[in-house]
Amino acid sequence: MTSTHSLANGTASDGPGPAVTVRPLPAVPGGWELAVRAFRCWLVMYRRTWRSSVWSSVLGPLFYLGAMGYGLGSLVDRNGTAALGGVPYVVFVAPAVLVVQAMNTAISNAMFPVFGGIHWNKIYVAARATMLRPADIYRGHLLFIALRIAMNSACFVVIMAAFGLIKSVWAVALLPASVLLGFAFAAPVAAWAVTLRTQTPMNYVVRFGSIPLMLFSGTFFPVSSLPGWLRPLAYATPLWHGVALCRALSTGTVDAGAAAIHVGYLVVMAAIGLWWGSRTYYRRLYV
Amino acid sequence: MRMLGCVSPPTQGDLTILGGDPVRDGAAIRARLGVVPQEDTLDNELTVRENLLVYGRYFGLNRKLIAERTDELLDFVQLTERADDQVDPLSGGMKRRLTIARSLINSPDILILDEPTTGLDPQARHVVWDRLFRLKQRGVTLILTTHYMDEAEQLCDRLVVMDHGEIAAEGTPRELIARYSTPEVLELRFPPDVQEAAFEKIKSLTSERSELTADRMLLYAADGDELLARVRAAGLEPVGEFVRRSTLEDVFLQLTGRTLVD
Repeated sequence: MTSTHSLANGTASDGPGPAVTVRPLPAVPGGWELAVRAFRCWLVMYRRTWRSSVWSSVLGPLFYLGAMGYGLGSLVDRNGTAALGGVPYVVFVAPAVLVVQAMNTAISNAMFPVFGGIHWNKIYVAARATMLRPADIYRGHLLFIALRIAMNSACFVVIMAAFGLIKSVWAVALLPASVLLGFAFAAPVAAWAVTLRTQTPMNYVVRFGSIPLMLFSGTFFPVSSLPGWLRPLAYATPLWHGVALCRALSTGTVDAGAAAIHVGYLVVMAAIGLWWGSRTYYRRLYV
Repeated sequence: MRMLGCVSPPTQGDLTILGGDPVRDGAAIRARLGVVPQEDTLDNELTVRENLLVYGRYFGLNRKLIAERTDELLDFVQLTERADDQVDPLSGGMKRRLTIARSLINSPDILILDEPTTGLDPQARHVVWDRLFRLKQRGVTLILTTHYMDEAEQLCDRLVVMDHGEIAAEGTPRELIARYSTPEVLELRFPPDVQEAAFEKIKSLTSERSELTADRMLLYAADGDELLARVRAAGLEPVGEFVRRSTLEDVFLQLTGRTLVD
């Protein structure tokens, strides 16, 4: 391939330079290869901080399990557990804590590090000057967030098993279910966080988003205890679908139809997030 | 600059880089570009070496090749001793050099630098210039923006003066000086109270451009000493005089004016 464009001309020249030979452009790897490159770079950075991050993300859910599951649970169980499906309160609440931590891991990792990628450590800004395209940067980061959700969830599932809170072999699907739930949150949240100019809106997401979701999505009490007019709202939340799915898996009350609806809901949410994110990342990084 | 770096679609006109279309072939073109942005985008929490590793990985290079190039590049930018230190405590000049090393990890054909020495002390600037000059000798095409005319004079074979997004002039530094300025400039100082009267008289002595600033007058001339002799012959004795060669700075100010552009 030849070009007379002066940008490709290595020597000094005035006006149109002599024809110079330009090496043909390299092939661009397809599929997720470029996203995996972005993902591996998050691993290099994570090597520094993984110990402390594991501690903080496992201890939080453990506190909830202790305080709610065992502490509050001792009071609940005295009044009978029929509304909980006949299982002790701690068994009822454990899968919900699993799902809540997956959501929180997803949201926190999809907000501040994404915002920081543009405003603080500028990882995104550095990466966009390389072969990576905005969608690769986005997907690579999501892969890393999915890994974090999987790590934290795996720790918690092991703890659940150790405390005897798992009542069914279906529980082997708890890890993928919880990663799916987390991914369904991470994809749209990152898509949104990348567009932010200031960090204040991210605090609102926690205050008015993840905290109400955590409290009212059938997590610590069944949705049937909510006033009738509020129930449809709870059933519509993604967290409820995750909680219902994981609770069915760990207590062994899986209904194929219901499970398909939960999984379908979360897959659609993740897909919409992915579609949206490749647009917002493009617009934000290619100005 | 962002358009050249294929991270901003061209708004108007045609752009071809390395034979490719920046919108369609952006990723492939960027594989052959090195970019030194105006603001450092190094990862401060990683070490010098890890920064290069991360970047090399983005280009799909294997660890062995990255390690080899890292040693070479750190030697080239004189950061070998700091290879395993964190980036955060490095000085501004070191960070700049590391950014340059990082931009070279993929052996680019074109290196794009956005104000590469802004904010550096004179020593650090000269080290950067020295390294950039060596890259040029190796056949790497450098495209750089700068506000420092001495930097442009040092490094550029071909220069474009931009004013409000328009090309004001284009050529080699020497051509630009020949075209837009005189070979020499005579700078004269008079006591503040007589400065303006003196300037009026001196203006009539020369057909070339002359300028009065707060503390001195600039008289453009083919021969500064000869003009100085004529000034003295007219009975004017400056308190300070200085004949110097025209620089790109004179060209730049002539083309874009002295008013601040913000």
